[in-house]
Amino acid sequence: MNEALLRELVPAVIGVLVRRGADFATAEDAVQEALIEAVRVWPDDPPREPKGWLVTVAWRKFLDLARADAARRRREERVDEQPPAEPAPATDDTLQLYFLCAHPSLSPASAVALTLRAVGGLTTRQIAAAYLVPEATMAQRISRAKRTVARVRFDQPGEMATVLRVLYLAFNEGYSGDVDLAAEAIRLTRQLATRTMHEEAAGLLALMLLHHARRPARTGTDGRLIPLAEQDRSRWDTRLIAEGVDVLQAALARDRLGEYQAQAAIAALHADAPTAAETDWVQIVEWYDELVALTDSPIVRLNRAVALGEADGPQAGLAALAELDEGLPRYPAAAAYLHERAGDRATAARLYATAARAAVTIPERDHLTRQAARLNTGLRS
Amino acid sequence: MAKYLLLKHYRGAPAAVNDVPMDRWTPEEVTAHLKYMDDFAKRLERDGEYVGGVALSPEGTFVRYDGEGRPPVTDGPFAETKDLIAGWMVIDVDSYERAVELAGELSAAPGAGGRPIHEWLELRPFLADHADTTE
Repeated sequence: MNEALLRELVPAVIGVLVRRGADFATAEDAVQEALIEAVRVWPDDPPREPKGWLVTVAWRKFLDLARADAARRRREERVDEQPPAEPAPATDDTLQLYFLCAHPSLSPASAVALTLRAVGGLTTRQIAAAYLVPEATMAQRISRAKRTVARVRFDQPGEMATVLRVLYLAFNEGYSGDVDLAAEAIRLTRQLATRTMHEEAAGLLALMLLHHARRPARTGTDGRLIPLAEQDRSRWDTRLIAEGVDVLQAALARDRLGEYQAQAAIAALHADAPTAAETDWVQIVEWYDELVALTDSPIVRLNRAVALGEADGPQAGLAALAELDEGLPRYPAAAAYLHERAGDRATAARLYATAARAAVTIPERDHLTRQAARLNTGLRS
Repeated sequence: MAKYLLLKHYRGAPAAVNDVPMDRWTPEEVTAHLKYMDDFAKRLERDGEYVGGVALSPEGTFVRYDGEGRPPVTDGPFAETKDLIAGWMVIDVDSYERAVELAGELSAAPGAGGRPIHEWLELRPFLADHADTTE
């Protein structure tokens, strides 16, 4: 059994312990310890019933932890040796864990960390490595998050919107350290979409699959960022694209549009174009109109202006851009792109240099600096 | 072993010999520079002399306490700020001489025309957080 399959069992095992009367925080710690033991023991001695094995070991760990806790507080607390009979679950434990870990009372950073551990089954060390913070920092963030949700009832209905946002944030963290958070977010979103049949969960899954499909083409061998229009499309993962399109079509057929479905539709139109020149920009602008109606987000309006520049020409794009706040993130980069398309290379070069100074990632900064350098080199000769 | 902070300045250091802003280089020169920096960090890491490094955005804000019950005051970014840090690297090396040697190598990173920038880097020793165990 590989590590991913093992981790799939985590939320259900936590659910069993909670139903037996364990508190969520201790149950979660106990399951983590059981996982560590499984990784150590299973290669030589694989269990016949992996889930049953994990439940037994986790329950024993829970008793140890509860006893240690009781001793520490110098209180006599009677903990049953034999687990009580499990009440039949009325709700889906795994689903309840998604809601608990993305509870609106948690900050986004805490919710992501708790979700990756309790739903995803990642260790604190792995999550810390992915976020480039010390393990002790991540351990504190997770235990603080657990204290925050300690009084939330396990079976109360949760908010799908916060769950989806947490998964989206984890996906965007991408790949650093030894854990591929994008792949992990896809696994968790797929599991969620299967369990709920929620059209926006499906929309988010489709969006992730379609973006993930382009990942091999997005970075050059030297680590440089390759923009969509310049990507080698033969390196896109056609299997992921096909799955993303299928998931999206099924969601759209339910006729309850949301922002993730609309974003996925835009990603699907890009995926559908054999070359950048064949992109259906008119339809993409229509989807951006839907997104503006759904979200009223200035970032969406900025992206719409760039798409409009492709559909109706750079002047139309610049006119749409002129209605927006210049202080928006990526405004200078969008303006630079449209000015170059309109033939004003000197303005474009100046704006690319401005955009590079405002960039929030190193690959983006380097990409924008190269664009300014390219235009300035052209202007000199 | 001794730890040193290698500071790179956007502004505030004496002018480099080959002082041309990066967006005025050719794209190939930008690529060569980035590769040099990347290779340098990787080599230090391999040799066990690299502790960490960070690149900073040039846009920053000054913040100060403004009294009980009031939100902090923010100001900036200041175009005229004399000193602006671009980033840092922390190295753990045998001697001051080794730290100077490494800073010199980093300063030789290629810039406009593919020639070394001869940029001034600031080298600051860490203060150890414990006293020597031998007196």
